[in-house]
Amino acid sequence: MNAAELTISQLREAYSKGDLTPADALQSIASAIDETDGDIGGYLSYDLELALKDAESVDLSKPLGGVPIALKDLINAEGQPCAAASRILDGKYQSPYDATVVRKLREAGAIPFGRANMDEFAMGSSNENSGIKPCRNPHDTDRIPGGSSGGSAAVVAAKTAVAALGTDTGGSIRQPASHCGVVGVKPTYGRVSRYGLIAFASSLDQCGPLTKTVEDSALLLQTIAGPCERDSTCLDAEVPDYTAAIGQDIKGLKIGLPKEYFAEGLDPAVKEKVENALKTLESLGAETIEISLPNTDHAVATYYIIATAEASANLARFDGVRYGHRSQEADDLLGVYELSRDEGFGAEVKRRILLGTYVLSSGYYDAYYLRAQKVRTLIRQDFTTAFEKVDVIASPVSPTPAFKIGEKSSDPLAMYLADIYTISANLAGVCGISVPCGSVSEGGSDLPVGLQLLGKPLGESDLFRAAHALETA
Amino acid sequence: MNVRDGANLARIRLTDEEAEEYQSQLDQILQYVEQLNQIDVDGIEPTAHAEDVFDVIRDDVAIATHQLSQEAALSNAPETAHDQIKMPKVVE
Repeated sequence: MNAAELTISQLREAYSKGDLTPADALQSIASAIDETDGDIGGYLSYDLELALKDAESVDLSKPLGGVPIALKDLINAEGQPCAAASRILDGKYQSPYDATVVRKLREAGAIPFGRANMDEFAMGSSNENSGIKPCRNPHDTDRIPGGSSGGSAAVVAAKTAVAALGTDTGGSIRQPASHCGVVGVKPTYGRVSRYGLIAFASSLDQCGPLTKTVEDSALLLQTIAGPCERDSTCLDAEVPDYTAAIGQDIKGLKIGLPKEYFAEGLDPAVKEKVENALKTLESLGAETIEISLPNTDHAVATYYIIATAEASANLARFDGVRYGHRSQEADDLLGVYELSRDEGFGAEVKRRILLGTYVLSSGYYDAYYLRAQKVRTLIRQDFTTAFEKVDVIASPVSPTPAFKIGEKSSDPLAMYLADIYTISANLAGVCGISVPCGSVSEGGSDLPVGLQLLGKPLGESDLFRAAHALETA
Repeated sequence: MNVRDGANLARIRLTDEEAEEYQSQLDQILQYVEQLNQIDVDGIEPTAHAEDVFDVIRDDVAIATHQLSQEAALSNAPETAHDQIKMPKVVE
């Protein structure tokens, strides 16, 4: 049997009954990858030998004992390659250390296994910006899996991973989870350490789980959350028992429906699925209330100034000096910088670095960057006001189901605008989950649709409670 | 915006084709973000981080498990010599 068909809970049960060993599980997943991932492209690589060595000393009594977890390719795990799906690092970098999330996974008994494909440096919403190879949606291989954690979502959906970690800067966990029909969680900013993750936009990035069930996401977040002395933005707040929220009823839960998120541009078939899910939640005792997030229209513009500004600073480290690609054409120092970066970065990464450099440059900083930071305050205040009235906010994840590969790749702005429902949560720092709520038929394929639930800062338990109620209804 | 100025600041040497393509795409994106100029932000404090956490410091002591050996630190360098990273000559 293929162990990647199981949830974390089912795999743990199979271990405890003695039906399976971690080595069996790893070998079966490696076979499944060899058989089916060629059509999907969810993995960039895996190292079975290294994982089997980890499995030898694994403690099955631990919360994730013997559970293999796929990692988005920007998460450092000692001895594994880590390239953020970029040619500037591909084949030229091996992690000399573990990211905090990987250390915590290991301490909980998990085995980091497999490097998941992604948009280069997490810049993209379709995985078409991978610098290594394309990734396809397991539900229709002519379509995108979403991005930037497209590989992480695709391998869970394709049953070539038990579960995966991704990162979410503007929707990069929730949107691919929605398009691939899996559960994805963007934790509250500061809930999970960013130490050892290749940074895209430091004030927006968060690492979170992509899993087959809500319970698995609760288990995984439980493991990776918590303070970190190597990330000063990581909150010094206790981690509640997220699994305790699983199975609790949602009677009296107040769900806000932002009117701006159900306006024009939303595909009617997606809207219908989301509304059905809301009816289900109401039938379970939740109360829905219309709310307003008045600055929603400005979120995409604000995001693409702040995120690119931070990216331009973060990606300055890729200069051909200490690690990564160094141009063979360069004969002086400036040439090493300029040619290594031109040869190593893909088109979208260059575009964003150029935009970010411009909005931070002398004479334009106040007009673009500072103004965007002020609008960010207004967007944050929208959420603070909304959460005075409601416990969670519900909406679609993406205005359409997964689109066809190539459909939007020549128009960067059109691609950015598709992030409209997910971006604000990162700007405001609140937590969010995408949970499957059905599928729509398009061009002969059944394409999954996700419901997004957003929660108060550190309100992940509310998300798990509501998402699990929907999942099991 | 002149894309060549940005590319110079960002230390990316663009080909002519790249420069032309990015110029039109970035002009379009900048035109879109102009909408932020219509918002009244007088008296609004900027948000740099979504959480109000300031000045996080720890004791200034070395932690053994937080250190990379010289060998590990150099293991990914494109070119090394005498346990150092090698670069083209800067001074003539």
